[in-house]
Parts: sequence; structure tokens; C-alpha cells
Amino acid sequence: MAVPASVAAETLRTLPGDDVRQVMWRFSDRYDLQMLVQSVRSAARSTVARLVADGARNSHEWTPQKNELLKCFDECGATGVFMEPHQGGFIEGPKNFAMALATFELAWVDAGAATCGLASHLALSPIHERGTQEQVDKYMSLAAPAKPGEDRVPLRGAFALTEPIPYVGVDTGMLGGKVRVAEWEPGKEPILAVEKRGRFITNMGFANFVAAAVDSADERIKGSCMIILEDSDPGTFDRGTPTKKLVHQLSSTSDPIFSLRVPASRIIGGYAVKNGVIVPKYSHDEVIAAVFKHTRVPVGVMTSAKLLSAVEPVIRYQRGRFRGAEQAKPGSMRYELGLQVRQDVLHRLVDVWATGEAGSSLGFATARLFDELDPLEKEKTAILAQKGIAGGKSEFKLFREVNQRAVELVKLRAKPEAERDEKRVAELEADPLVRYAVLDSASGVLCPATKLWCTGNGATVMREAVSLMGGYGITEDCPGFLGNKWMDAQLEATYEGPEAVQRRQLSVCMTNEVFLAQYETWIKELRQVASVKPDTGACELASAMTLWLYTYKHLVVATDANGEKLFQGPRQGVTFPLSDALSWLMAARSFVLDVLELERKGPENAVVAEGLPGLAHFYEDLAHVQCARAAGEVGRICAELVYGYNKHPAWEGEGRKACYAAQELEELEDVIPGIGSYAVDVIGKDGSHPTKAGPCASCVSVQDFAALRTKLDGCLTGSRLAKDRAAEALAKVMIPEALDYPA
Amino acid sequence: MSGYQIVVCGSIVPDPLQTLEPVTGPSGPVLKNELMLPAVLDPWAGHALYEAANLAAKTPGSKVWLVSLGPKAKVQQVMMAVGQKVPFELVALDGPAGGFVDAHETAAALADAVKAIPGIDRTKLLVFGGWESASRGAGATLQILGERLEIHDQFQGVDQIAPQADGSLEILERVEGGQHQISVVAGPPALLGWATGNLPEPRNNPQVGMANMRGIMPALQKSKPAKVGTGDLQYLAVTLPKAQRETRVVKNMPTDEIAREIVEWISKD
Repeated sequence: MAVPASVAAETLRTLPGDDVRQVMWRFSDRYDLQMLVQSVRSAARSTVARLVADGARNSHEWTPQKNELLKCFDECGATGVFMEPHQGGFIEGPKNFAMALATFELAWVDAGAATCGLASHLALSPIHERGTQEQVDKYMSLAAPAKPGEDRVPLRGAFALTEPIPYVGVDTGMLGGKVRVAEWEPGKEPILAVEKRGRFITNMGFANFVAAAVDSADERIKGSCMIILEDSDPGTFDRGTPTKKLVHQLSSTSDPIFSLRVPASRIIGGYAVKNGVIVPKYSHDEVIAAVFKHTRVPVGVMTSAKLLSAVEPVIRYQRGRFRGAEQAKPGSMRYELGLQVRQDVLHRLVDVWATGEAGSSLGFATARLFDELDPLEKEKTAILAQKGIAGGKSEFKLFREVNQRAVELVKLRAKPEAERDEKRVAELEADPLVRYAVLDSASGVLCPATKLWCTGNGATVMREAVSLMGGYGITEDCPGFLGNKWMDAQLEATYEGPEAVQRRQLSVCMTNEVFLAQYETWIKELRQVASVKPDTGACELASAMTLWLYTYKHLVVATDANGEKLFQGPRQGVTFPLSDALSWLMAARSFVLDVLELERKGPENAVVAEGLPGLAHFYEDLAHVQCARAAGEVGRICAELVYGYNKHPAWEGEGRKACYAAQELEELEDVIPGIGSYAVDVIGKDGSHPTKAGPCASCVSVQDFAALRTKLDGCLTGSRLAKDRAAEALAKVMIPEALDYPA
Repeated sequence: MSGYQIVVCGSIVPDPLQTLEPVTGPSGPVLKNELMLPAVLDPWAGHALYEAANLAAKTPGSKVWLVSLGPKAKVQQVMMAVGQKVPFELVALDGPAGGFVDAHETAAALADAVKAIPGIDRTKLLVFGGWESASRGAGATLQILGERLEIHDQFQGVDQIAPQADGSLEILERVEGGQHQISVVAGPPALLGWATGNLPEPRNNPQVGMANMRGIMPALQKSKPAKVGTGDLQYLAVTLPKAQRETRVVKNMPTDEIAREIVEWISKD
């Protein structure tokens, strides 16, 4: 065994089951969600897996075989998860977490199938978020699966935002789709003519209705809007040519063309008529802003699910790798452990597992946060309407004051109980706007962080998982379909807002004062965690977060060598890497918090309690590994940003002046013996200098950064021991005899 | 007939895909990490439950109970899937579900639980269970349960039950040679140990699940510990049945060819 047999302590005995996940992801008390997970899992590992195994991914068209998925989703509850019980659903209240869980289960087998399920919800989302009550009641009910005894096929929807103008861009501000008034008889509802060409629109192979973004091409319609198109509307409803995707072939994608006449009542959110002009209640970007902040989280969870799904097949492959060879006799190390006698494969698998855990923790934490935020957002909208505030500057002005109180609340909550002014806390918490500001500021960071980090970094790590299967990994027969999952991850990083869009949102939202106030309290919390759970890596994570905060504050005021401001919107070379670093931190933090939850609540569950000591040790080690990885990334990114915009001194001008001259040193030697050995950059009598780019940069102005960075490096102490222990656990853990879905 | 009262006795077993390794625990044989392994409803009990639900659906006024003896937390997990399949009311007993417990003690606990079901009426009572078990099947639990409930009309290896117009029940039991023995019983009470039956596993229906859960969760919360153990049993040795896995992945092979190869393989021994 290559890994040191260093620890006699209990370790991981079996792969974590549902009981463990329910505790970590906080749904032990939600039997509706537990049932959803079981039901969707059963569909994923039967119908979906069979489709993949039978080669259904080998065509671009939406085939009758693939169409089985829709019935399967209806039956298992994946379709109804988006609806309220009175609309035909079965889960009450916000659905973000439920959707993330359902997506996780489907993506465990095939992310294209998960996307197919999600796309229906995406089509309904504009209606759900901003539709009129009539629109909500109609489309949500008709899209719900038929009830027993009801003879009805559910409506399927598509969401058409992107267009082939310009090229294949996703600039949500530019719309080529147009809406005009076709007929408007006095006293009657206007009939609108809609012209829209879509690009890469999911679900178009079977959609009955489309939520389309269009711009006004008529002076009698103001601005842009989203509008509902139906396949029975008069005109052209052309589903278009299927997109020749290399990935996600279990979702239907094409470039549709619409030229339809629809009543104005189809404008999502409704409209008013002012001075003979139709004024949509919501512009298209107001609608999509509300939509995307919910729907991007499940996409992030998708890639993380695939990483976790890779663990079992990789272990099985590694252990069985040499069985059947003459040299591997039963009972020998090579026979029993196979490739796992080598440390590298175990270490790499630890990285895969840790990344999957951190991504899932981040995604589910964000989904739960949205479940909390949704009702508050409705309350906020009502309060603002009551105050006569209709968005824009007046809302901004109001929230300037609300944010101050939100920061006060965050700071008060962080104080020890004895020092906390509970009366004031209660007063602030009683204000829904303050609570909204706190949660909204966190969601503004966590949502794009989930989409960006889980998919982007997930794709990279998924490649690692594939490589751990050797040549097998890149075949259709690879257990767990790992090759497909790797390629699919690239699309997950792209659709519903590519990485640049997420980085842009992060770079704006991370400057929110309420978020930053929370961020500072999170650092303190992690230090407290570290004092009682030193093996979780919480301390180095806190150090990394401190370094990030220092860097952010430095960059906000610093200028580059040319005197240009560093932290500004167009300077994406600064803001985007800082966003990446923040995403690493948020993922690792979520993971640490989930491990703590497991240790706190695990003993309450008899099944989890059974193997908890070993499980907790393993998870602490895994979290430690992830914290170290995050700290390494953050240290690298921050150092590049802090140092990288200064001009390196040269062997001429000011740079030369700062160096010792050889003669000068000789003279000083009499006064300060030995000084010559400390001087690095010395100019010789003949003007020669050491062979390097220039005198070393002194970086006097950022010595605090250097101290923090050095401290962070020191905080990595023990992280590789944790990795060794986690790797050792992977060589011992009991796994099932076979995968529970076909390959 | 104003409906049957069908009590299905069935518990959980480790997921058959898991590695099952017998080890010796403090009170006898157990499976390694058994509590931590994912569990499923014993497939034989599952057939009994789905047949019960089918019979109840076809006979107005009927009701199905599932009496399950197993570790409460594990049973709860299994109910999240089983609870979505057919309507039933759970009666939960907290105790071991391993295959090594004493059949007499198990039967006694189950009998007490059946008797304690409010409103149970012997003239309508059908007790269902699995003829076999995916864990160690003692082959006696259901018979002892029947005796304790004073139900003497017992049928084992049942594949079909058909209510007749006169209130009697026609029952098909498996006998040798792939044949069935047809029996007719005048009516309840009767005990049926099910083989596989004829029904597929019902699909999950979250709406059914939500309705069932209103009863399942309280039943689990108030489930009492059952005094069930290995009794006076002594196990001299415990081994898994010998299994040989020779897996090949072959695609697009005609079914005749598959059958020919299997027959050839079996004929080797």
C-alpha cells in the first residue's frame, strides 16, 4: 500500500448514503424532498440510463425513444416539482432546493436529461416570476402532469432568448425579435405580430409554447417584453433545424423561427395602455433577471453531481484493474487493490471527490438561500408598491438606507450573545427589507459563484476523473458514462450565461457593502470553527479569505504602473480573477459548513451515528484538502493581482539608483561588517549587474500582503497529511458489487 | 363483500447490489456495515404489498396496512421510495431486520402488532407476506404468525388471488414443475405467502407518496422497540451462497444466441 498507514483511527466504511446526504444538505426533516429524490433517482437510473446505454445520444433529432423521457419525468414528479399543489404539483412553497435535488439525481446519470427537465421549468419561470395571475394559473396548470382519470398531455415549454444576431451571441440587451401591432380595434384587445428567430433553444423539438423575448418595432408598443407564443397561434411556428450538439443529446435543441399573431394578453406580466401606447409591465431584461438568478443554480449542481457519481465506478475500476492477469493472484495486493496500490490515483480521486462535494455544498446552500429569499422578495415587491416605488433610482435610494441597517444587523448578529443588543437585533430583523437586503446580497454572489465554479472548475476536474479510468474512460462502455459527463460539462459552463457573464455579475455583487459585511463575519466564524475543529481546514480558509479581502481593498484604491485605476468594470483582468478566487472560497466554505452540520446532527440519526466517527474524520480530511486547494488558488491569484500591475525595476534609471554600487559596499564593509553578503543587487565598478531581469522588486507598499501570503502558506501545514488519510480511506472503503444503473 | 383488511408483513433488506459480508457481532452473526448499507423493501414482501394494493383497488371498501419490523431510521429511508408506489398505512416496529433473528420472536412481535391495529376485523382479514426473503429466510415466520393469529387457511408460494362472486377466494400456489395448484378458500381470514405474483413494480407517484406520508411519518415516530433477537439460536457458521460473476458486455446479441449461450454455460456443471 503506497499511502502511509499512519492513522489507526476509524475511517470511511461505506460510501455515504441518503441518510448522510440528508443531514449534510439539510433535508432530513423534508420527506417531500426525500421522496422526490428517490423517485427521480429511480427514473434516472432506469429510463434515462437505458436510453444512454442504448445509444440514444447518438442522434441530434428528438426521437420517439428520447420522447419517453417526458413521460418518465411526468411520472416521477420531475415535471410537477415546479408547480404548487393547487396547480398539480406536490411540494408547497419555494422550489429552488427541490429543483436542485431533482437535477442532481438526473445529472448523476445524464446531464442532458437533467437539462431537458430543467428547460421546461425555465420556460415556465418567466410566467412564474412575473406573469399575471391568469397566465400563472393557465400555464402552470396545463404544464402539470395529468391527474388520475384526466385525459390530457401536459403542455411543454421552451424559453427563447438568444438569437442568431449578432452571430450566436447571448447579449441579453440586444434583441432581434420584434413585436408590432397587427390589429387594434377600438375597445378590443390588440393583436400583436411577433417575428422571432431563436438560436440554440432547448425543448424546441416538442414545445407547445414558447416564452420569447422581443423588442418593439412599433411606436405603439413601448420597449421590450417577453411574450408567450403557442404552437396553435396563426402563422409560422417552425421548430427549426436540430442543433448538431456534441453533448447533452438527451435534450432537444434547435433554431426555431416564429412569425405569429397573438393577443396582447400574452405579454408576460400584462400591460397598460398609456396615451395610445402599449406599455408592458416588465421589460424583457427585468423578467430574465428574475428568472436566471433561480435557474442557474441547478446547472451548477449538475456538474458537481457528475463528479460525485464518478467516485464509485473509478474505485471499482482501480481495484479490479489487474484481476484476470496471471501476475495478480487472488489475495495478493495487486488483485485486491489493483491500481490503488499507487498513491497518485488515490490522491487524484480525492481531488475529484472533494471538488464534487464542495460544488454540491455550494449549490445546495445557494438553492436553500433562494428558498428563503423568494418569499421575502415578494414581500419587498409589495412594500415597494405600497410606497409607490417602481424600481430604478427611487428603489436604489431606498436601499441605500436599508443597506446601512442590513450591515448593522450583520455586525450585531456576529457579536457574542452577551455583547449583543438583542432588542435592536429584533427590531432590525422585523423589517423584511433589511432581511431581504442581507439575503439578496449573499445570493448575488453565491448564485454566479455556483454557476461559474461548479461548472468551469468541475469540467476540468471531470477530465481528471475520466483520465483515472484510463482508455476505458473515453469509451461509450465506460461505467458511469464518464466520458459523456466530461464533454457535457463544457456545455454546462456555457449555457444559461457563460463564464464571463457569471464573472461580470460576481465582480459587481462582491462590492456590495452588505455582502462584504457578511464576508467579514464569515472569516470570524471560520476561525471559531477552526478552534474546535482544527482538522477541517477552516483556519487556512479563513486566512485565504482574509488575503482575498485585503487584495480586494487594495485593488479598489491601487493604481497600476501607469497610474490607471485597477478595480473598475472594464478592467476584467483584475475583476474577473478576483471573482474566480471568491468562488473557490465560497465553495470551500460551504463544504466546511456541511461537514460541521454532519458532525452536529449526525448523532441524532441512528444510521448516520453508526459510522459517524470514521465518516466525520474522512469528511474533515476531504474538506481540509479542498480548503488547501482553494487557499493555493487564492494565494496565486491575489499575488498576481497585487504584484502584477507594478512595473518591474530595470537596470537603468530609478532601478539602478536603488542598488548598491560595489565600491559603496566595500566602504560600508568597514562600518557594517558582512553587509556585502546581504546585498542582492549590486552594480559593479564597470557597470555590470547580476544576470536577471532587473533589481528585485521591493514591494514596500504591500508588505502587509506579503505577511498575509506567508501566513497563508504556513496555514497549509497538515493539508497533505489530510490528503494521505483521505486517500487511505478510499483504498479501504466498501463499495457495492456493481453500479446501480446500466452502462 | 364490503372490502378486505389486508395486512402485509414485510421488512427491509440490504440492497442486493451491495457487498454482503457476514461477520460476527456481539449477539451473533451480522452483515458487515449492515446498518450503513442502503436498504430496500424485501422483494418478496414487495410483491405481497403490490398484490395487496391491487386487490384493495379492485375491491371497494378495502384497506392495506404494511407491518414492518426493522430499524426505524432505515425503514424511514425505504418508505421514501415504497411510500410512493401504492396507498397503505404503516405500522412500524423498531427492531433488527437482519436475517439472523429468531423466527418465533419475529412472528410474536408481528402478531401483537396485527392484533393491535384499531378496528381489525377477522372476518375481513387477509395477512400477506413474502414466501421467501432476500435476507436469510427462516421459512417459518409467516406460518408461525398465522398460527399466533389463529389463521389456519395458509397458502405459500402464491402467485395469484382472485375473489369469486360468492365471496370465496381462488388462490394459485406454486408447485413443482412450473405448475400451480389451484385452491379455493371460503373467504377471510387467510394467510398468503407470496412468490412473485404477476404485477410489475408500480411506478413512483409523488401524489400517492404525499398522501401516504401523512400516516407514515407519525407511525415511525411512535413505533415502539420490539423485543426481537436471536433468541436461543446458535449459529455454527454463516457463509454467503457461492456466486460466480462472469460478466461480459455484449451489445446487439440476438436473444436466441443469448439463450443458447446460457444453456451451454449451465450445462457445464
